[in-house]
Amino acid sequence: MKQEIIKSPISTILVWLVAVLVTGTFAWILGDIIFHGVGGISWEFLTTAPEDAGRSGGIGPILVSTGLILAVAMGVSVPLGVGTAILLAEFTSATNWFGRFVRRSLDILAGVPSIVFGLFGNAFFAKTLGLGFSILSGGLTLACMVLPILIRSAEEGLRGVPDELRLGAAALGLSRTTTLFHLLLPAAIPGLLVGLVLGIGRAIAETAALVFTSGYVARMPQSLLDSGRSLSIHIFDLSMNISGGDTNAYGSALVLVILLLMINATAAWLAHQSSSKYNDSYQFR
Amino acid sequence: MTVTNLDNSKARTQQPALMRTEQLSLSYGKKIAFEDVSIAINQSKITALVGPSGCGKSSFLSCLNRLTDLIDNCRVMGRIFLEKWDVMNRNIDTIALRRRVGHIFQKPNPFPLDLWKNIAFPLKEHGVKNRQEIDSIVEKVLKDVGLWHEVKDRLKDSALALSGGQQQRLCIARALALEPEVLLMDEPCSALDPISSGVVEDLIASLRQRYAVLVVTHNLAQAKRIADYVAVFWVRDNRGKLIEFGEAKQVFESPQHDLTAAYISGHRG
Repeated sequence: MKQEIIKSPISTILVWLVAVLVTGTFAWILGDIIFHGVGGISWEFLTTAPEDAGRSGGIGPILVSTGLILAVAMGVSVPLGVGTAILLAEFTSATNWFGRFVRRSLDILAGVPSIVFGLFGNAFFAKTLGLGFSILSGGLTLACMVLPILIRSAEEGLRGVPDELRLGAAALGLSRTTTLFHLLLPAAIPGLLVGLVLGIGRAIAETAALVFTSGYVARMPQSLLDSGRSLSIHIFDLSMNISGGDTNAYGSALVLVILLLMINATAAWLAHQSSSKYNDSYQFR
Repeated sequence: MTVTNLDNSKARTQQPALMRTEQLSLSYGKKIAFEDVSIAINQSKITALVGPSGCGKSSFLSCLNRLTDLIDNCRVMGRIFLEKWDVMNRNIDTIALRRRVGHIFQKPNPFPLDLWKNIAFPLKEHGVKNRQEIDSIVEKVLKDVGLWHEVKDRLKDSALALSGGQQQRLCIARALALEPEVLLMDEPCSALDPISSGVVEDLIASLRQRYAVLVVTHNLAQAKRIADYVAVFWVRDNRGKLIEFGEAKQVFESPQHDLTAAYISGHRG
């Protein structure tokens, strides 16, 4: 039955067509960005401040703001996320009501549109906590947004560690804390990295949540309490609000895409390094 | 059909047992894995636990060092003593208990660390910090398990690169490094090839001198070769029971129980 379907010429063509459509769309977007953007990129573009509302000049301060927002978001969400994942994976059973409640909440949170996170961040961080439109507000809002992804993938990573390791460690009289920090977390690194990359990827490309929190100001930030414009907002602003900003919008988009690809490649490499060190030999021996 | 031969068993009267259980039962949720098991584990003897699969032999081992604490839904009743120490007491130091009662698993489970760290890491956690002392213990226990000459030049290699039999011997060495008094071994040879299995079996036999060994095995011939005492478990009413316990010679040559006789002769089990 299966053989027949694969051999039928019409389905073969259909399957190939779908695959070509998907990769073609990606290639088209990428090609378009590279074609229009590559001319605009230079060392000067990356380091100087935007001029004339971004039509000319570079994206130096914007890169700095993006980096700072990302650093705040990850600095806050990674410890919180890993901590929660440890609670869920190591200290509550899969059927525990509290664990199930937390997991369900996280799944719902992961599906909340980013604009809602933006409004929440504006109301809570910017207004209630008085942080105003600032890199701190933006970073904290993004932290809330990526937490569910981080927690769930870290939890999966920890649950993926074979139980033999836990039992073996306990049988040698090792405490749970020691086991966790010396054996389980290192073995869960590939899962943690995947979560980290998904989180960074979502955070670096985020626009809607930042419009209301970190703001639009394109100046070089002096502190975390300054407003700072992220790369994605810069692209949005140039292409939607500024006539004649397309060239620099393409350049900025290309920088963003390259950053994303670099993050992905690094994570894939790191995950491969640590998984070949820790997990492979465990599973296949 | 109750177990009556326990009290007249010579095992109980010859010397004070290092470890013993009294009417020990274990259930997972509503399912009773085994019940009413009373045996004694003696110093410098090998006690073999034999019986068909699913009769609770492995679960029984996990009770003795309270590894059952880690399993959800698992309830243990009855009493366990290590010398005068009440193992079932909620407040005992399980870390100290597990140091005195080592556990070897069916599937070798070295840590994903190098060979040296596999032995040194638990030692450090138990307070042995001096590098020279650790080195000498590592060498000693690796010699004890006959692994030293095979691995002395690659102590920094990953333990996972060893063969299955070598991994199992490393796990035994790792347990020995903590100087336990009792060694629990859960079918330590069954996941190994015949040659490695023979090596590990000889190793277990040689451990008799210094430890009280409790070994679960499916392999009756192995039990016959190495055991001083034999406990026969059986499944009855869907739960594990101890049907016979005594000196190996007596159990194998003149079993008290019909099922034991049938099991030993190969008619059952």
